[in-house]
Amino acid sequence: MTKQVQQLDRVIIRFAGDSGDGMQLTGDRFTAGTAEFGNDLSTLPNFPAEIRAPAGTLPGVSSFQLHFADHDILTPGDAPNVLVAMNPAALKANLGDLPRGADIIANTDEFTKRNLQKVGYAASPLEDDSLAEWRVHPVPLTSLTVKALEGFDLSKKDAERSKNMFALGLLSWLYHRPTEATISFLENKFAKKPEIAKANIAAFQAGWNYGETTESFSVSYEVKPAPLAPGVYRNISGNQALAYGLIAASVRSGLPLFLGSYPITPASDILHELSRHKHFGIRTFQAEDEIAGVGAALGAAFGGALGVTTTSGPGVALKAETVGLAVMTELPLIVVDVQRSGPSTGMPTKTEQTDLLMAMYGRNGESPLPVVAPMSPSDCFDAAVEAARLAVKYRTPVMLLSDGYLANGSEPWRVPAAADLPDISTAFAAAPAEGEEFLPYLRDPETLARPWAVPGTAGLEHRIGGIEKADRTGNISYDPDNHDRMVRIRQAKIDGIAKDIPPLEVDDPHGPDGGTRVLVLGWGSTYGPIAAAVRRIRKSGGKVAQAHLRHLSPLPANTGEVLKSYDKVLLPEINLGQLAMLLRARFLVDIISYNRVRGLPFKAEELADVIQDVIDSE
Amino acid sequence: MSELLSGPGLNGRGLALVPKSDAKQSMKEYKSDQEVRWCPGCGDYAILAAVQSFVPELGLKRENMVFVSGIGCSSRFPYYMNTYGFHSIHGRAPAIATGLAASRPDLSVWVITGDGDSLSIGGNHLIHALRRNVNLNILLFNNRIYGLTKGQYSPTSEVGKITKSTPMGSLDKPFNPISLAIGAEASFVARTIDSDRKHLQSVLREAAEHKGTSLVEIYQNCNIFNDGAFDQLKDPEQRDDITLRLEHGQPIASASKAVRRAADGGIEVVPRAEVAESEILVHDAHRADPSLAFALSRLDEPAFEHVPIGVFRSVDRPSYDELMSTQLEEAVAQRGPGGLDDLLLSGDTWRIG
Repeated sequence: MTKQVQQLDRVIIRFAGDSGDGMQLTGDRFTAGTAEFGNDLSTLPNFPAEIRAPAGTLPGVSSFQLHFADHDILTPGDAPNVLVAMNPAALKANLGDLPRGADIIANTDEFTKRNLQKVGYAASPLEDDSLAEWRVHPVPLTSLTVKALEGFDLSKKDAERSKNMFALGLLSWLYHRPTEATISFLENKFAKKPEIAKANIAAFQAGWNYGETTESFSVSYEVKPAPLAPGVYRNISGNQALAYGLIAASVRSGLPLFLGSYPITPASDILHELSRHKHFGIRTFQAEDEIAGVGAALGAAFGGALGVTTTSGPGVALKAETVGLAVMTELPLIVVDVQRSGPSTGMPTKTEQTDLLMAMYGRNGESPLPVVAPMSPSDCFDAAVEAARLAVKYRTPVMLLSDGYLANGSEPWRVPAAADLPDISTAFAAAPAEGEEFLPYLRDPETLARPWAVPGTAGLEHRIGGIEKADRTGNISYDPDNHDRMVRIRQAKIDGIAKDIPPLEVDDPHGPDGGTRVLVLGWGSTYGPIAAAVRRIRKSGGKVAQAHLRHLSPLPANTGEVLKSYDKVLLPEINLGQLAMLLRARFLVDIISYNRVRGLPFKAEELADVIQDVIDSE
Repeated sequence: MSELLSGPGLNGRGLALVPKSDAKQSMKEYKSDQEVRWCPGCGDYAILAAVQSFVPELGLKRENMVFVSGIGCSSRFPYYMNTYGFHSIHGRAPAIATGLAASRPDLSVWVITGDGDSLSIGGNHLIHALRRNVNLNILLFNNRIYGLTKGQYSPTSEVGKITKSTPMGSLDKPFNPISLAIGAEASFVARTIDSDRKHLQSVLREAAEHKGTSLVEIYQNCNIFNDGAFDQLKDPEQRDDITLRLEHGQPIASASKAVRRAADGGIEVVPRAEVAESEILVHDAHRADPSLAFALSRLDEPAFEHVPIGVFRSVDRPSYDELMSTQLEEAVAQRGPGGLDDLLLSGDTWRIG
């Protein structure tokens, strides 16, 4: 039977199932195949905070969305074209996101009376007319998997566990994904259990063959590779990129990396990743609490290490006092905040941009520090190197504001050569010449950084601490004028970094003089959805400018000028307007805020509507 | 006795990786140029003088010594030592020192803390430093009161303490820092007193040479807010009867009292005249099992009836920094030194163009 092959320019697939169904792994493997094939892609995992919520219930649904295309794309996609629903809960939890006409591949075996009742379906939606507006493909995934594995020495339960690989095989057939990498992945993953490896591979192949032979799928789809810039690529998540960026910073600064951290969602994977690379001389310290994590990192920094602490919002709250100590002692320190929904515990697995003001001001006293925010999963790499550059050069704690969306999302990354990364090395203070006194708070006239005098260097013995320092000597001082001077110097040091960062670039094909009236500004992970929305506007003939802030403290020197070049500035944020407030206060520009705090990234379509409204309004 | 003394002994490796000074050192070199600003008569002066006059004996390069402190009267200590020093934030010195000591095995790192700093706000960091056994020396100045905040009761104040914050008497039972440290299975636990310089210095010497976390409780008089807290131990009339000197391999006894095994399986203090010398418990600081050391720490209950002073426990177990360094070396041995290009290109890659 020759089946029809249809060309598509892009597809959005969402795999959804119970937490125990292996949807994240399925999504990861489909992503790997897609990356290998050469499409551009973007992913969005979405999983519950509970490790194993009761099976088959709505809170237990875990999903993984993948957007892939024959051109460069910016987001994991607004609405899936295909939903793989492994059970009724997965269908019910995701149907609302599914546009009419989309495909639903449903595992009919799980649509039992009991499972339907668990999520409040009176009758099976596969059998009544409620799904008439979608293209439903009922597939008995579980029983087909069990049947395919009949020859294996496995219990029925174990055989059923391979149903996600069956689904992966089917989808791989449907979208012409290469299979070799998944087979070798399974061989490696289950190297110690060859029977399990073989069973999973058999399930995967059975899924592929099912697609090939069944009449349920008459058409398969092809999405051609995307014309990306030449180079070597890999797929990378934000947390992994951030960890790699920290390692790169260690290598390129020549400073040993010390990570003090306490497990917290969604930042823990950075701790896990760094712990795997001890052959780089990386010391990872899982502390007793958040405070000890940052304290140890600061202690290591005093000793000459690249001190890093990784956490999420609740952890930043606890670390505030120590970050203030780093401000006062003017030691390099990188504080990574993978923001999540708050306040308090909030929604730990959901994303948000609500820690900006805490990062900027969440300490006692005037305690300025640089804030850097990556704009995409792979940009977490460069942002980490940049944070380290600023920390080391200016002897200051730096806040690196990632978020849950960047942390877990992934995209192809053109791998840089180590030698092309910036040299961020620094010199420790050397012993003073004979007869000269060492002054721990004497500053570099250009950067205003003080010397980094590490223990073990003769002649530089000195004492630092949280009590106000006398200018130059660093001795304890309660002198009013000295305090005023030191407060201003610390601020001036951070403000001066504006000279050392790139200006804010504006993407505007027409320019304000060419009729563009609206600038859309963003920071952090909103870059993708904003850029995708801007494309839509331009595609339909609209004029709109886009600019994105990676440095939030200090702001690029031309920020005010850019904001004032446009009639209207629209600033979408996943908070209630934190950056907007800062910019209004600083530049007296009447920013138009667009805010949603649903724990999810913006959708491109949603932002395109908002931008259009602003363009259309007088 | 040989059976008793069979546990892991003194390791003496505490300073093995710290570079030695070529020149002979004096106390003067260790005094910083900062004016000492404790209240006149404070016990901290005696401890500072004892430390400054003792450290030259260690013969270490001065630049390889670091004093880290938290907040409180005692925590001003680093400013007065002409070494590297870090006066940090309340309770956090053990955490900061852990990062420093774990990443710099060539340093002799000292934590100076008080009863409020280390047992209230910093209690968590203290117990975790002790269990990890990072190569640190923690000197806990215990004056049983908050000094710097002007006289509130502390976690070592006796029940019923009348202070500004407890006008009707404090309600909470005090910590016994020695019991707490032994409960956390600290590898080195000792108690000494500010007024006995010779004893103080001998304990500090052992602590410095111990590889791992050494906790030294130093009874320290606050003559402003809690004057005379340890007078019984200083009073020539009583002190020899109250003080049970702990010396490894020696019977545990004061002038008039002795410690022996009790019939119920524990230990007890009895008039010395009532026991034969052979019945007196011989101190084994190196005993691996901490329960006997813990039992000794309970002997000053009720407070000051009899007070063990000296090294309760000194056992050899790997220190955190050693273990951490070993893992790094093993990783390099197994995989070779990390190469950045190799790392970035690890996993599935593909080439375009």
